[in-house]
Amino acid sequence: MMAMASQLLLLPNLRFHSNSQSAPRVISNPICRPLKLSKFQKRYKQSLRDSRVLAFYGRKTPPYKLDALEPYMSQRTLEVHWGKHHQEYVDGLNKQLENSPLYGHTLEELVKVTYNNGNPMPEFNNAAQLWNHDFFWESMQPDGGKSPWGGVLQQIEKDFGSLEKFRDEFVEAALSLFGSGWVWLVLKTKEKKFAVMKTSNAVNPLVGGEIPIIGLDMWEHAYYLDYKDDREKYVMTFLNHLVSWHTVALRMIRAEAFVNLGEPKIPVA
Amino acid sequence: MALRILFKKPCFPIPSHYGSTVPLRQFKTFSLPELPYDYGALEPAINGEIMQLHHQKHHQAYVTNFNNALELLDQALAKGDASSTVQLQSAIKFNGGGHINHSIFWKNLAPVNEGGGEPPKGPLGLAVEEHFGSLEELIKKMNVQGAALQGSGWVWLALDKETKTLSVETTANQDPLVTKGASLVPLLGIDVWEHAYYLQYKNVRPDYLKNIWNVINWEYAGEVFKKGGA
Repeated sequence: MMAMASQLLLLPNLRFHSNSQSAPRVISNPICRPLKLSKFQKRYKQSLRDSRVLAFYGRKTPPYKLDALEPYMSQRTLEVHWGKHHQEYVDGLNKQLENSPLYGHTLEELVKVTYNNGNPMPEFNNAAQLWNHDFFWESMQPDGGKSPWGGVLQQIEKDFGSLEKFRDEFVEAALSLFGSGWVWLVLKTKEKKFAVMKTSNAVNPLVGGEIPIIGLDMWEHAYYLDYKDDREKYVMTFLNHLVSWHTVALRMIRAEAFVNLGEPKIPVA
Repeated sequence: MALRILFKKPCFPIPSHYGSTVPLRQFKTFSLPELPYDYGALEPAINGEIMQLHHQKHHQAYVTNFNNALELLDQALAKGDASSTVQLQSAIKFNGGGHINHSIFWKNLAPVNEGGGEPPKGPLGLAVEEHFGSLEELIKKMNVQGAALQGSGWVWLALDKETKTLSVETTANQDPLVTKGASLVPLLGIDVWEHAYYLQYKNVRPDYLKNIWNVINWEYAGEVFKKGGA
């Protein structure tokens, strides 16, 4: 309950991102205000009637500086993509949720609920895009790309045949996507294997119950400033220089708590 | 027996003793239409770099892929391959729609010194006032719908050629206007794909929609309206 409330940014949250433009200012909170106020606080405290939740969700900051992905993804792209687009989704969603019965969900739950089994509610676009972009920033790292190793590589080779086949399938899915959308590497929960998936607009694998492992934004705003219309170069650059296999490994570790991938293949001497 | 074969509609390559082995169903390949103005002529509403990329790269890609898809369709039809025929439909709709929509789009725009931005006169002007109250109302409606469109798509001023009414419609991706109604004819279309404005306006689609009205070619729309969509 406390964890969920802090996720909803109702509690004064020590995780406020100092450089985040969306850090909500919670004026005061009837549940958590201190019982005894100091003289300073008594003078300047806000009355209970002023307490109002100003924001329900916030966006995550990329775990690297905005110029750290140069020259593969320029600082300008990140400034507009994270600073403007991602922020728009946050603001839009918070505005939509002001007088809404959708309250108390974690962001992942909200995405699934607003998807409404294929008949998405108006909040879906903002909620899903908010989640997707959080996922996207963490899917990349400076000095990324190259090859996976260990268990991730084993799983890729098991499910795709080889790393090259996975890359080809990923690129092909990205290039054959019509319009705006995303390309994913997912862990399919029922088939218990990796698969490449492409989705339109804001849809993500969570709505189908799959576990996303890598997400690549194929909306034009993600690459247009750097690559103009050369989508293939953008996808290849992502795979070669940006994708964070470290994050993939962490996500796999978490995913294995939900999906039993079987015994690891330990080579016999 | 020879007469019956002659009168039957051919749907397979005719064997050599009747003539050529080329499949009878020839199709005309589509090509990129020329822009009736320079790339930089629509500044400052749409800058030259965007126009050049939009025309030479994006539209050309649609044309090329459209022709490729049609060729594959031709082959599939010649072989009688039903599943390929159906599978190619999405590529044809996307690329063919892209070609159709952009061909209309270039005609919808005109430089300011060639009449771009001048309000509609004559029967179309009256129809706009009748259906929307005023030109400002129409522009506001189209801009609101264009800005609200999620993902990629187009916003259209449509003429229903049967009821002779005007309406504002949106289509997703490259779907042509007819997917919203078989009797709808596009008078004006505005491309709200990000590639149409991103280099200049970044994420501020409403600014793009506000400025594009300065270069809209109402004369072309008026001509289409007069012909009644025929």
